[in-house]
Parts: sequence; C-alpha cells; structure tokens
Amino acid sequence: MTRAKTIILQNGRVLDPAADRDFIGEIWLQDGLIVPAQQKHPEDCISFDLQGKWIVPGLIDMHVHLREPGEEYKETVESGTRAAAAGGFTAVACMPNTRPVNDCASVTQLILEATAEKGSARVYPVGAISAGSKGTGLAEYGELKEAGVVAVTDDGLPVLDSQLMRRAMEYAGSHELLVISHSEEIALSRNGSMNEGVVSTRLGLRGIPVAAEAIMVYREIALAELTGQHTHIAHVSTAAATELIRQATARGVRLTAETTPHYFTLTEEAVADYNTNAKMNPPLRTEGDRMAIIKGLQDGTFDAIATDHAPHSVLEKELEFDRAANGIIGLETSLALSLALVRDGLIDAARLVELMSVAPARILKVTGGNLAEGNVADVTVVDPDREFVFTEGSILSKGKNSPFLDWTFQGKAVLTVMGSRITHNELS
Amino acid sequence: MNKDYRFEHKHILGIEQLSAADIFYILDIAISFKEISNRPIKKVPTLKGKTIINFFFEPSTRTRLSFEIAAKRMSADTFNIAASTSSATKGESLIDTARNLQAMSPDIIIIRHGSSGSPGLLARHVDASIINAGDGTHEHPSQALLDTMTVREHKGKIEGLIIAIVGDIAHSRVAHSNILAFTKLGAKVRVAGPATFMPAMVESLGAQVCTSVAEAVSDADVIMALRIQKERQDDPLIPSLREYAQFYGINRALLEKHARPDALIMHPGPINRGVEMNPDVADGAGSVILEQVTNGVAVRMALLYLVMGQEGTE
Repeated sequence: MTRAKTIILQNGRVLDPAADRDFIGEIWLQDGLIVPAQQKHPEDCISFDLQGKWIVPGLIDMHVHLREPGEEYKETVESGTRAAAAGGFTAVACMPNTRPVNDCASVTQLILEATAEKGSARVYPVGAISAGSKGTGLAEYGELKEAGVVAVTDDGLPVLDSQLMRRAMEYAGSHELLVISHSEEIALSRNGSMNEGVVSTRLGLRGIPVAAEAIMVYREIALAELTGQHTHIAHVSTAAATELIRQATARGVRLTAETTPHYFTLTEEAVADYNTNAKMNPPLRTEGDRMAIIKGLQDGTFDAIATDHAPHSVLEKELEFDRAANGIIGLETSLALSLALVRDGLIDAARLVELMSVAPARILKVTGGNLAEGNVADVTVVDPDREFVFTEGSILSKGKNSPFLDWTFQGKAVLTVMGSRITHNELS
Repeated sequence: MNKDYRFEHKHILGIEQLSAADIFYILDIAISFKEISNRPIKKVPTLKGKTIINFFFEPSTRTRLSFEIAAKRMSADTFNIAASTSSATKGESLIDTARNLQAMSPDIIIIRHGSSGSPGLLARHVDASIINAGDGTHEHPSQALLDTMTVREHKGKIEGLIIAIVGDIAHSRVAHSNILAFTKLGAKVRVAGPATFMPAMVESLGAQVCTSVAEAVSDADVIMALRIQKERQDDPLIPSLREYAQFYGINRALLEKHARPDALIMHPGPINRGVEMNPDVADGAGSVILEQVTNGVAVRMALLYLVMGQEGTE
C-alpha cells in the first residue's frame, strides 16, 4: 500500500456524472482529498499516465456480506475489502447477518475497528431491523446510528410482520436511517432452491415463484407510502418486482432499488447440472426477467448495482443442491459484468458510474460518488479493454463460490485509490 | 438395431441422459436376462468378483431388494448401507462418505437419496459407476425402464401408444422418468391430477395435461396411478385422501365408463388401496402391477451388466 503525498492521474477520460463532466484530463489527489491541478508537479508525487483509461469516482457496493464477526472462515473485513479494492470498490456496505447479528453498537464498533486496522476499503456497517434479526422487536437504531451504521435491514431474511416493518420505517426515519428490504414471502419460497419454472421441473427441485418477491415488494411499497419513509429494495430479481418499483417511483413513493450483476447476466439455466455456485436467494430467473432487469437499469427504475457478495466455503457449497447455502461472491466480477452492458450499448459509461458510485453514495448519504475538488480522494481507474480470466486462483475473497469461474472478461479496475491510499494497483 | 451402436454410459443418472436407442438396447438385454430368474439355479457368473454397494438414504423395500436380487443373480458381491439423511447432517457430507466408499473400491454404487441431483454429485467424486435408484423429486430411471419394458411386452411396441399417468406429478420421480422415457420412445403421455399436483410448466417435459381423470384415461393404452403421499405439513396440496379418492382415484366404474377394455393398469407401488387405486382395479383385468416387479429384476440386471460392460471396454 503506497501513500505518496500527491497522486496525479493524467490523460485519462474523467467520468464524473455527478457534475455532468466527461473529459480527457487529470485529477490530483492530496492528503486524502481531490485537489485542483497545479502547474508544476510537486516533489513527493506519483503520477500515472492513463491514456485509454477511465478515471471515475471510487465504486461503492451497497450490499455485501463480510462475515465478520463469527464466520471468519468465509470472509473477514480484511479479505473482503481486499477483494473490494481489486474489484475497483473504495467502499462497501456490509449486511448485519453476522454471528452475532449486528444489532448493537458493540458489533458495529468491532467491524469498524477491524476496518481501521486491516481494511482496504471504507466499510459502512448496516444494522439489523429487529433484535437478533428475529423479526420481533426493533433493534436500537439510535445507538446503532451513533456507532456508525448507515442503514438497517434484516437481510438474508424478510421482515414477515408487516406492523414491525411499518414501525421500523417510522423509527428509522426518526434516526435518519435508511431501511433496506430483503423482499421475500417465505410461505411461498420455503424449501425452494431455485426459480420455479422449466428448469426446476426438469431438475426436480422445489421452486421459488416470482410471486414470492413481488408480493413483498408490493408490501414494502404500500408501507413506504403509508409512512412516507425512504425505503430501499435490495437485490431485485424479477420483471414483476421491477414493474412494481417503476410504477411506485413514478407516483412519487420514496423508493430506491438495486439489482445485481448476476440477475442481469445469468438465468436459471446457469443452475444446469445442479451447480451450487449458481444457487442464491432470490434465485436466478428467466431470460424475460433478465431483459426486464436491464430495462430497469436503462430507464432509472434501478438506482444502483450492488453485488450481494456472499462468500461461502466448500463446506456450504459442495453439497446436494437443496442443502447447499445460498449466495455467490461478486466483488471481483461486478465491474466487468457491468462494463459488458456498456460494451453492448445497453447503458453508457456515465450511467454505469451513476449506478456503481454516484447513486450508492447518495442513497447511503456517505462520502464519494463524485470527483469534485475538496471531496474525498476515492477514485477508481478503469481499463475498459483489459482482458482477464477469472480463475479460482486469482480470487482475493476467501469465498470461491462464483458462477463466473473461468470466464474471460474485458474491462477491469487497474488502480483503486481510497483516501489517497492506493489499495489496488495493476499499473506499476 | 444399428450394428455400430454401443452403449456408452458409465452411470445411469436419469432417463434424461439416455437416447431412445439406449433405452431399447437396455430393454433388449433385460428381456434376454429375464429367463435367468425362471431357472432352477438362478445365477450366472457375469459379475463374479464385482462389488456393488446399495447406498440408500431413504427407506425402500422393493427397489433395494430388486437391485440386490439382480446383483446376486449376476454373482456380484453386494453390500447394503442404510444411511439416514439426518445422521449425515451431523457429520460427514455425502462427498466425504462417497470418498470413504471409494477407498474400498466398489465397482457400482446404487444410490437412493432425498436430494435431487445427488447421484450426479456422487458420480463426480468417485470412480465407481453410479446407478440412480431414486433422487428426490427428480428421476427414478430403473422404474421407468421396467415400466416401458412391461408395456412393450404387452403391446409389442411403445410408439404411438397413449400413456395416462394420474396423481402427484410434481413430487413423483417415477412420473418424471416415465414421461421422459415414454415420450422418447414415441408414445404420447397425458398427466392428470389436481393442479396442486402439477409441476410448473409440466408441458415442458413433453406431457399433455388433462383436466379430469376421465379425459386422461379415454383411449389410453396404459393407465398408471401414482402413490399418494400423506398430506404435507408445510404445503396443503389436497384437502383429504377421501376427497382425492373420490375425484382422482382409479376405480372400476371409471374404467368401465371411460377406458378401453384392453388398457394396461400399472402402479409403481406400494399401493394405497382405496386411495389412488381400488383393489378391484389393482387385482383385476389388465393389471400388470406384479409383472412390473418381476421385470424390475431383469431391468436392473441389464443395468448392472451394461455399466460394467462399459468399464470393460475402456
């Protein structure tokens, strides 16, 4: 990790959609901040010639599982943020379903201490909606907020009790915390292990119908309308939920939503021969859903791309399909998969930066997301042409559970700078 | 039979992986083996010195016994392991158990397991041939083979026949394998039962959905009823066995009114008499239910022989 007084990024394509800027030029970083370019290079500086590369505000992944505390054999703050930096991320928001659950200040502090000590990215802890994520009483949001959480969710599980969810939205509003919903009607999804449809029937696996997501997304919309509180829908996988969100946003409901690279890249066919690395919740859906997700990214229905990075070890994945754990890693493939949308002409580069940096910063109300002078020096350099093969040996996350193993990608983060600290460097 | 044909499957994981030529070849071999069971000395030395493990994670009487008799009539050494899935949860994973079995050099592992796809998982981690004796709600290939064998013996062909399968299609690996097998051999398969018993997009398997049992059995050459599981705690599929019997049970009156007189009556067993099938049907004219059991031994002898033959030619 290098820390020079001044880092000069030259001759790159500066993409700063927050300020509607897209130009070839340079960005100077000094003492953790973006500073105005000067005539003369100072003595203590590193400069990079970035011809053909993009200089973008540091990417922010608003939905990851770092597994610390409690499941450090799957991932730690250290390994997870190293994977994040390699994937071009300068910040991640980590979900509270650790052991113990992050439902109190001491767990939040533990995560933040680990980050201060060993982190390669900013970590924004997300607290639990309910104590222990048990779905009964509220967690202590005031104390969580003071300890440093940026949002609350029971992610991994839905909040089944509608009254509890209503109160969570209201009470979170009083503490200026965002509520993130894992939208799933358990009665419909219970014991299901993949999308309900042609492939589940062929493989003899219990399916999870689209309605399991759509029903709960609609409930969250109704509760967001009732309470007037900003609510964020996590990991949307279906055309049905996308349309519900589109309509709600259009009539002014304070709603934001994210989807993931796997939902806009893969379909249920990826489960093919019981591939547990294609098992996640919500599950991969159909081609029609995939196309609808892409449309939602194009028309603004989705605000953000997040990974739902969910590392597991072989202990949870080398199992019978219906017993294998849900979830895949995503930090080191997210940018490449999203860049594929740009290369295919489905979204433009500015929109990609909006989805992966500007919007997450705005939704979580955290620093970053733009390249304005005076802002934090969180910057990612993207080489849109760099080819790489995503091999198991190259993965920095402790989890190797990816459906993209051995895929050849085009486009990669080649330099990641977080607060003037170089956290990833493939340039020199 | 094309003389260039070779049976090239090391494992029998499902009907999905078999071609029509494979299935006919298995049935031809099974028919040639059938008479062994009628000899005074019911034993041939074909698989002498081969080690076969029956690895059953779910209770089974007839399938396990059928495989064991088949193996013994071929002179193989057989061993039975009845593992409960719950004890596996406590410690060893399926893959670990498989590796331990592999260390004892079995030639064939016959597996029944509650998780769909587990035979394939096993096949990826051991050198032995794997035969699927029923995995979750996925496939039960030897059952479909003995069913097609039985129908072919009675009707002389499969192509062009109409096969009606009645019952819980969604949770039946027998139905799944039979739909695949009969359609691959050129028959038309109809399925009937309440909508709660139909898997999502069942038509994608190649079956035609009938709204009533009467419609399904009309003009059918074969009528197969499936065993009804007791009501599931977490999923209310039918209100009661009583109502099911009334609307979807196969009884004599239904057959006399709607079915062809020469329709074959089949059931994979064990029968809930008076629920999915009345005794007067199960034991009456056209019933080939016990022949299915007899053919089961012959089909399984053929499968054991063929997966070993594959090894021998390598």
